[in-house]
Amino acid sequence: MVDISVTRTARRPIRWTVLLDHAVLIAGSLFMLLPLLIVLQTTTMPDTDIIQHGPQLKIGDQFDENLQKAMVQASGFSGENTGLRMMLNSFILGLGFAFGKIVLGMMAAYALVYFRLRFATIAFWLIFTTLLLPLEVRILPSYKVVQNLGMLNTYHGLIVPLIASATATFFFRQFFRSVPEELVEAARIDGAGPVKFFVDILVPLSQTMIAAMFIIMFVYGWNQYLWPTMITTEESMYTLVRGIKQITQVLEGAAVPEFGRSNLLAIIAVVPPVAIVIFFQSWFVKGLTESDK
Amino acid sequence: MKRAGFANTWLPILLLIPQLSIVAIFFYWPALEAVQSSFFLQDPFGFGSTFVGFENYADLFGSAEYRKVAWFTVIFTLLVTFLSLAIALLLAVKADTILRGAKTYRTLLMWVYAVAPPVAGFIGVIMFNQTWGPLTNLAGLVGWDFVLGVKFNDTAFAMVLVSVWKQVPVNFIFFLSGLQSFPKSVREAALIDNRSASGRFWDITFPLLAPTGFFLLITNITYALFDTFGVVDTLVKGEPGNNPMTLVYKVYVDGFRGNDLGGSSAQSVILMVLVLVLALTVFQFRLVERRIHYT
Amino acid sequence: MAEVKLNSVRKIYPNGAEAVTPSSFHIQDGEFVVLVGPSGCGKSTLLRMIAGLEEITEGELMIGDRVVNHTDPADRDIAMVFQNYALYPHMTVKKNIAYGLKNRKTPGDEIERKVAEAAQMLNLGDYLDRKPSQLSGGQRQRVAMGRAIVRDPALFLFDEPLSNLDAKLRNQMRIEIKALQRRLGVTSIYVTHDQVEAMTMADRIIVLNGGRIEQIGSPSEIYHNPTSTFVASFMGAPPMNLLDARIADGTVQLDGGAHVAAAPNGKTGPVTLGIRPEDVKLDAAGALHFDIDLIEELGAHRLLHGKVAGQPFTTHLLKDVTVEPGRHGVRIDPSKLCLFDTTGSRL
Repeated sequence: MVDISVTRTARRPIRWTVLLDHAVLIAGSLFMLLPLLIVLQTTTMPDTDIIQHGPQLKIGDQFDENLQKAMVQASGFSGENTGLRMMLNSFILGLGFAFGKIVLGMMAAYALVYFRLRFATIAFWLIFTTLLLPLEVRILPSYKVVQNLGMLNTYHGLIVPLIASATATFFFRQFFRSVPEELVEAARIDGAGPVKFFVDILVPLSQTMIAAMFIIMFVYGWNQYLWPTMITTEESMYTLVRGIKQITQVLEGAAVPEFGRSNLLAIIAVVPPVAIVIFFQSWFVKGLTESDK
Repeated sequence: MKRAGFANTWLPILLLIPQLSIVAIFFYWPALEAVQSSFFLQDPFGFGSTFVGFENYADLFGSAEYRKVAWFTVIFTLLVTFLSLAIALLLAVKADTILRGAKTYRTLLMWVYAVAPPVAGFIGVIMFNQTWGPLTNLAGLVGWDFVLGVKFNDTAFAMVLVSVWKQVPVNFIFFLSGLQSFPKSVREAALIDNRSASGRFWDITFPLLAPTGFFLLITNITYALFDTFGVVDTLVKGEPGNNPMTLVYKVYVDGFRGNDLGGSSAQSVILMVLVLVLALTVFQFRLVERRIHYT
Repeated sequence: MAEVKLNSVRKIYPNGAEAVTPSSFHIQDGEFVVLVGPSGCGKSTLLRMIAGLEEITEGELMIGDRVVNHTDPADRDIAMVFQNYALYPHMTVKKNIAYGLKNRKTPGDEIERKVAEAAQMLNLGDYLDRKPSQLSGGQRQRVAMGRAIVRDPALFLFDEPLSNLDAKLRNQMRIEIKALQRRLGVTSIYVTHDQVEAMTMADRIIVLNGGRIEQIGSPSEIYHNPTSTFVASFMGAPPMNLLDARIADGTVQLDGGAHVAAAPNGKTGPVTLGIRPEDVKLDAAGALHFDIDLIEELGAHRLLHGKVAGQPFTTHLLKDVTVEPGRHGVRIDPSKLCLFDTTGSRL
C-alpha cells in the first residue's frame, strides 16, 4: 500500500516533462524531415499540377514517369548528363575520394606515429596546415594548377586535389596514438617487422575506424560541389550534386519547368549518402565524434 | 610517437611521400600562387599582368561593396553558429533524457548530415518558390511578402534558415555523444546534490559539455564561412546581383565570373590570414582550456 | 637459458632526464630476480632496456655471452609479459600464442604441438578459439604467459604482470608464475612496485629508487638488513619503524632521553633508529613508553599504532594477547636494531 502511493506521487510530475521532451523532439524531427517529404511529394505529381497548386497532401501517379525522365533523359546539349550517368560519376567521386584519403592517410599516419623520424615534426606541420585552409579559399589557383597539369574533366583531376587535406591522416594519427603502446612492443618481441605489424595487427585493429572513415569520406566526396563545378565542364563528367546547379538554371528559364524531374534528381542525390549514414549509424557516429579528441 | 618506434629510415619516408607530394602540388603551390597573383593586376582580356604591389588589397579595403559582404559574412556566421548550436543542444539534451525512442529520434535528427549543401539550398528554393512555396505561403499568412533572390533580407533569411537546417544534425550528434559519455556516477551524484533539472543542466551538464561545445563552435564558424558555399550559390540561383553573399562566394564570383584574378587572389589571401589567426587563437584557447578541464 | 650482465648501464632521455644512473648487476642462469621500487624509480626503463624496447644510452648489456645493446628485440631470445597483457585483440588465444612462432618460420606441426603443450600447462585448453575480450583477467594473464612460454626463450621479462588483477587472483597467479619458472628453469626478471610480490617470488631482489640501485640481496637480507632508510621503509608491511635518535655517552637515546641500546664505537650525534614491528615486545618493565592510539584487528594478529617519544610507531601483537589503548611499556631486542646516519645510509 505504502509503496503504491509513493510511486504514484513520485511519477505524476515526471510524466508532463516527458511529454514535453517528446514534443520538442517531434518538432525537431519534423523540422528536419518535412522539407524533404514535401519535395518527395512533388515528384509524384505532373509538372502542370505543381505549377498550379504547389505541394499538396496527396500522392500522385507520376513517380514512375518522373523517375524515367530523371534517370535516362538528359537536360543538357550533349545528352550525356542523364541521372544514371551523374549517379555513376557521383559514386566514382565518393568511392575514389574515400579510398584515396584512407590509404594515404593511414600510410602517413603510420609513418608519423610508429617511426623514429628526424623530420617528423616538419612533416606533421606540413600536412596538418592543410586542415586550416579549405579548398574554397584557394579555389582559383587550384583550378589553374589542375588546368596546367591538363587534368580538367578527368576523374583524377576531380579526386586527387580534394585529397590534399589531412582530415583522414589526422584521424588515423589520433587513433594509432590511442592503440596501447605494448601492442607494438609485444609484436616486436614476437618478431614482427614494421610491414608485418601494419598488416597483421594495426589494420585489423583499425577495421571499425576504417569503416567509419569510409562512410564519412564517401559522404564528403559525394557532396562536393564547388570543385566539380569548376573542374568538370563536360556534361558526361557531371555528378548529381554538381548537376543541381544546372537544374536550377534550367528551371528558371523554362515555360513549364520540369519540377517533377528536377526534384526527383535532388532526392536521388540525397538518398545514397543518407542511406549509408543511417544504415551504418553507430560506426559513423563513433568515427565522427572520435575526431574531437 | 610511440616509445618503441621502428628505426627504419626509408620506409616512413616512402609512406609519407604520396601524401606530401599531393599536399605540395595541390595545396602549397596554389596557396603560394594566390599570394603571388594578389600583387598583380590581370589584364581583362588575358594579355599578361602587371605588378601593382598592394593595390589590390587597397582596392578591397576601400570598396564599400567588399565591406558590405564582410559585414554580412560576420552576421551570417554569428547567426548560423548560434542558432544551430542552440537548437542542437536543446534536442540533444532532450534525446538524452528520454528513455523510449531515443534511437528513432537520433536517426530522424541526424540524417540531414548527409545532404549536400547545394541540395539543401535547392530544397530551400522549392520551399520558397515565389508562387506556391509552402514557406512563402506561410510568410504570406503573416503579411510578409517573401521574395527569394530579389529582396536582400528575404534571401539572407533563407540562407540562414537552410544553413541552420543543414548544420543542426552534426552538432546534435556531437552533443548527444558528449552527453552520453558522461560517467553515470557523475549524473547520479548531481541527482543527489541538486533537485532542480535546470540547475543540474547549468551547473553540471553545461560545463562538462564545454570542450565539445568549444570544438563545435570552431567547426560551425568554419562551416558558416566556407561550407555554406553551395547553399549560397543555389539560393541566389547563380545570380549574385543585389543578393547577399559571403566572402568565400565573392572570391569565386570575382575570380571566376568577373575574371579579376588579382582581386580574387587578394581576397583569398585575406581569408587565409583570417583562418590562420582563428586557428592560432583556437590553438591557444585549446591549450588553456585543456589545463582547466583535465589537470 | 642464460645469464644476464649489466655493466654501468645508463639511460638518459632526449629531454635530459636521467632515468637510470649507471647500474651494474649480474643475474645467474635460472635465477628469478625482482626489480622493485616506487613508481618512477626506473625499474620499468631498466627492464625495457633489457628487452630492447628502449635504447641504452651508455654501458653494456649481455644476455648469455652476447653483447645485445644494438640487437633487435626479436633477436634477443627473450619473451615478455606486459602489465596490460598486450594481447592482439583480433586474434584468438591460439593465434596470439602462435604469432611469435609463426614469425620465426616454425613449422606448422611444431607450432600446434607447442601451443597445445603450453595450453595444457596453463589450463587454457578450452579457450583456444576465443578472443581475448571473451576471457577473464586471470585467463588473459595466462595467455600472455603462454605466449612467452612457447618461445622457449633464454630470458623471461615480466613488467608488473599482476597489477591489473584483483587481490585474490594476484596471490594465486603469483604462486603459479613462480612454480612455472621453477619448472622451466628460465632466467627471469620481474618488475613490480608491490613489495609482497618481491619478497615472495624473488631469489634475489634489486631495490631501486630515483633511478639508482639501493640494494641487491636475497629477500631475507633485504628485509632484515636494509642498507638504507629507503629500503627499510619500502619493504615490509607495515614498514620498519624509524625513529629520530642520537648517540651520546656511548648509548643510543631517544628524544625523551630513554636509552635504547649500546652505541657502535666512535659514533656520536643524530641517527635514525630502525626496528621492525615484530621485534618489539610489550613489557611493563620495558625502557620505552608506547602510547597506543589505535588497534587494528587482522585476525591472525593485531597491529598497534601509536607514538613512541612523540614519533609514529607500530608493533605486532599475537591474537591471544589483549591490550587497551593507552600508555604501555615496550622492549626492543637490541640485536634486531638497525641504525642509519642522517643521510639514510646504514651505520
